[in-house]
This record gives sequence, structure tokens and C-alpha cells, in this order.
Amino acid sequence: MTDGVTVLLFGPLRDLAGWRERVVEPAPATLSALKAWLARLDARLGAALDGPGVKAAVDKAIAPGDPALRPGAEVAFLPPMSGG
Amino acid sequence: MVRLSSDLIDPGALLSAFLVGRSDTGGVVSFTGLVRADEGVEALELEAYPGFTEAEIERVRAQALERFTLDDALCVHRIGRVAIGEPVVFVAAAARHRRAAFEGADYLMDYLKSQAPFWKKSHERSGARWIEPTERDHADLARWETHRP
Repeated sequence: MTDGVTVLLFGPLRDLAGWRERVVEPAPATLSALKAWLARLDARLGAALDGPGVKAAVDKAIAPGDPALRPGAEVAFLPPMSGG
Repeated sequence: MVRLSSDLIDPGALLSAFLVGRSDTGGVVSFTGLVRADEGVEALELEAYPGFTEAEIERVRAQALERFTLDDALCVHRIGRVAIGEPVVFVAAAARHRRAAFEGADYLMDYLKSQAPFWKKSHERSGARWIEPTERDHADLARWETHRP
């Protein structure tokens, strides 16, 4: 178990960032702090995470608002879902 | 049951297995979606969020069981690269009476096409692009907001 949070990107976000999974250590306290960290890493990714229809899931549950993050959490950024 | 498969799916075998051991069911409706050779399309690539995607589909499957009084329902979806002509999705619904089975399968497909957590990339002669649900897909799902079985 890591002290950080594991970030997962899907769909067009993954292509934009050029990576699918990364651990951010130490764990940012909140989802907004994590997004700010990612925006400093990659400004285009930061802007895309605030784009229309992008949802965040914390530990595989859609997380509205700005939830607190615990060390070891998995945060997935989900662009608009395209269906099968 | 909900299953994601990175290998070729066999709709005939899935349907045969789904029919076994039913005594209360009066009818089963199945649907198989194939990858169509739209202009320039060479293959589709489906990405899921393992664990999350199955759980979301299972939640909607459970709603469908209750709403349409289904005996059972099965959703199998390909992930990864799927070639033209290959099955990309298989849905089956079992019910005491046929109308419920038709409607249950129809509802599950409308959900899968427009709301299920998949990201779909179209590989085309001119390059690859991510695609989103069409207006038609959204309208198909919206039909069920006013529909009462």
C-alpha cells in the first residue's frame, strides 16, 4: 500500500496526458488539491480535468464535490462515457 | 450476470447456456451487436474501468430485472480491439411473458449504448478518434423515462 493516491486516466484523457496510471505522493488532502497538483504537472491535462462532463471516481464510486482523499485511495478521472 | 471479455464472444453459445434450467420462463430475447463497417472504419477499441464498469452495468441490470419483472438477464461486452463484423455486445433477457423479455433487452441495450462506462475509439483509415454517443443514442434511452411497462 502506498502513502500516495493512485491516479487513473481513461479514454481521451489518457491519450492527452500520455500516461494511464501514476502514483502521487504524498497523498493530496482533497480531490481539488490533487487536480491542482496534476495541473502543475501538465497544464493541458489540468484544463481537461475541468472540462465538460469529466467525472471523478474515488475508490470506484463517483465522487461529487471535493471529497477528502486518504492515503492509498484510487482516483479515476472519467471523461464523458461513450457507451458500448 | 455481467461480463467483460477481451476475447471473441460466441453469441450462440451464450444464448444456449442462458436457456438451460428454466422452468418459469416463457421467453428469452437476445440481442447481438456487431461492429459495422461505417465509412473508413477499420476497428473499434473499447476501454473499460475494470471493477467500476461491471458494477455500473450490474446496477442497471438489477433495475431492469425489477422494472420489467425479468427472471434473469445477461450482459456480455467486448473490451479491447474489436474487428469489423465481430460481436461487440450480447444481451439476453428472460421473462415469464415475451413482452417483458423484449422490453428488458431493449432497455439494457439503450443503456449500454449511451450511458455505460466505456470509452470508444474508432480506428479509421484517416487515423483514430474517440467517439461519443449520438443524439439518437440519447433519444433512445430517454424513451424509457416516460415509458411504463
